[in-house]
Amino acid sequence: MCGIVGLHLRDPELHPRLGELLTGMLCEMQDRGADSAGIAVYGHQGFSPAGRCTISLIDERLAADDVAAALATALGTDVGTSAVAGVVLAHADVAPAALLAAARACFPDVLVGGFGEDLAVLKGVGTPRDLAAAWGLAAVQGWQGVGHTRMATESAVTPAGAHPYAVGPGECLVHNGSFSNHATIRRELRAAGIAFDSENDTEVGARFVAHRLAQGDDVATALTTLTQTFDGFYTLLVSDRDSFAVVRDAIACKPAVIAETDAWVAMASEYRALAHLPGVEDARLWEPEPEVIYAWTRAGVPA
Amino acid sequence: MSATTFDLAAVPLREVNRALHAPGLAGAYVVDHPAGAHNVAVGLDAPVSVSVNGHVGYYAAGMNQQAEVTIHGNAGTGLAENMMSGSVHVTGSASQSAGATGRGGLLVIDGDAGARCGISLKGLDIVVGGSVGHMSAFMAQRGRLVVRGDAGEALGDSIYEARLYLRGTARSLGADCVEKPMGAEHLAELAGLLRAAGYDDDPASYRRFGSARTLYHFHAANTY
Repeated sequence: MCGIVGLHLRDPELHPRLGELLTGMLCEMQDRGADSAGIAVYGHQGFSPAGRCTISLIDERLAADDVAAALATALGTDVGTSAVAGVVLAHADVAPAALLAAARACFPDVLVGGFGEDLAVLKGVGTPRDLAAAWGLAAVQGWQGVGHTRMATESAVTPAGAHPYAVGPGECLVHNGSFSNHATIRRELRAAGIAFDSENDTEVGARFVAHRLAQGDDVATALTTLTQTFDGFYTLLVSDRDSFAVVRDAIACKPAVIAETDAWVAMASEYRALAHLPGVEDARLWEPEPEVIYAWTRAGVPA
Repeated sequence: MSATTFDLAAVPLREVNRALHAPGLAGAYVVDHPAGAHNVAVGLDAPVSVSVNGHVGYYAAGMNQQAEVTIHGNAGTGLAENMMSGSVHVTGSASQSAGATGRGGLLVIDGDAGARCGISLKGLDIVVGGSVGHMSAFMAQRGRLVVRGDAGEALGDSIYEARLYLRGTARSLGADCVEKPMGAEHLAELAGLLRAAGYDDDPASYRRFGSARTLYHFHAANTY
């Protein structure tokens, strides 16, 4: 099954409540997947200070101080870190690619959960309610967040198998469904020089989208190409620090509901995950059409 | 007689459904604050009226017999699945597979219905105020589907004997689904369905679709 949720806040007055609202959304979807969970949060200063690049290193054995020291030496600049329930978040005033390269060099066996400006990814094995509590998600602030509750069907129950997949700079993807031709596409992407962290089908989708974006596609074009390339069942939520997009496959058997008000745009597998959002009773509610790309961009963001 | 009210914000769903299953039940019931819960008012089998105030999740009013259920909001997947008799009315829209395998009674959706509305229909009548999604009336065997708006791709794919009335246009017809002439008996039947659902459209503004019956038997030269 699996559940996905996403919240894009338009009204800055709601930014302090991002974590509280996202916690309610994520925990309501625990019935759809209780073996692992993950979130991506955009704009929480405690996780990803503004103006710096942040990377999420997912490994319970890592000590934040060791990460800070190793990355500072590798990058030649100061590195700040925080430890959040099995994840070390490290940030520095460097480009995303440089931070990723340094982390890969210093910690080659450690899973990278995500990297980029304003982005923090936390994921792990456990129930969504337990993980949300361990992360302190209810106190998180920011302008956008996504979440995933996993019921594994095709790869191991490990942190590497948990969503989100945040494999491009600032990008994040969560998925409800299953891709059926992922092995073929993974082989093609590997031949193009792209490395994978897992045997998970969703990682192939995320690497594919990141590859298309890196080639110069915009989000809508990358997702349209995905619908033409991938076979299977999927509802996808794809985000970066400035945008939020939803797409479903042609059969559209995996559920999705979108709600929109002047203050926010929200998406979830089921309406009950949205029932607590402020003003939902007056929201425009609809079910996304198959193979239609729905995308929103953060207002006032310079191009 | 005043209605009995259940507040789903305070009472567990199982308790509410159990109360609605009590032997010899009669009268009117109200369910408040469903908050998208699944299985609201499923399995009713009594001549009661149930009014649900808010959006519901999956399988609302499933397997209904005798009861008149009104949902003031939207409904999730599998609305009124396999209903047998009585009526279910949704004032908003419904997600996929609304009225799936329905055997009898009347299902009215004032808004849109998603994909696969009336899949495997077996005698239920469905009236949709808006449009229906792709693969609606897939393998429908008996009953009527009335759509006041448009239909998505592959309307009536592999249909057996149900009758489909469409006011708008279908993006495409499914395998073995064809347009059929609208006779006087069809206009009368459609007028009755529209009236029962509370609409007064001119039946002559609709077109009728049904099975070409070419898939009933395998043929060596079958092109499907």
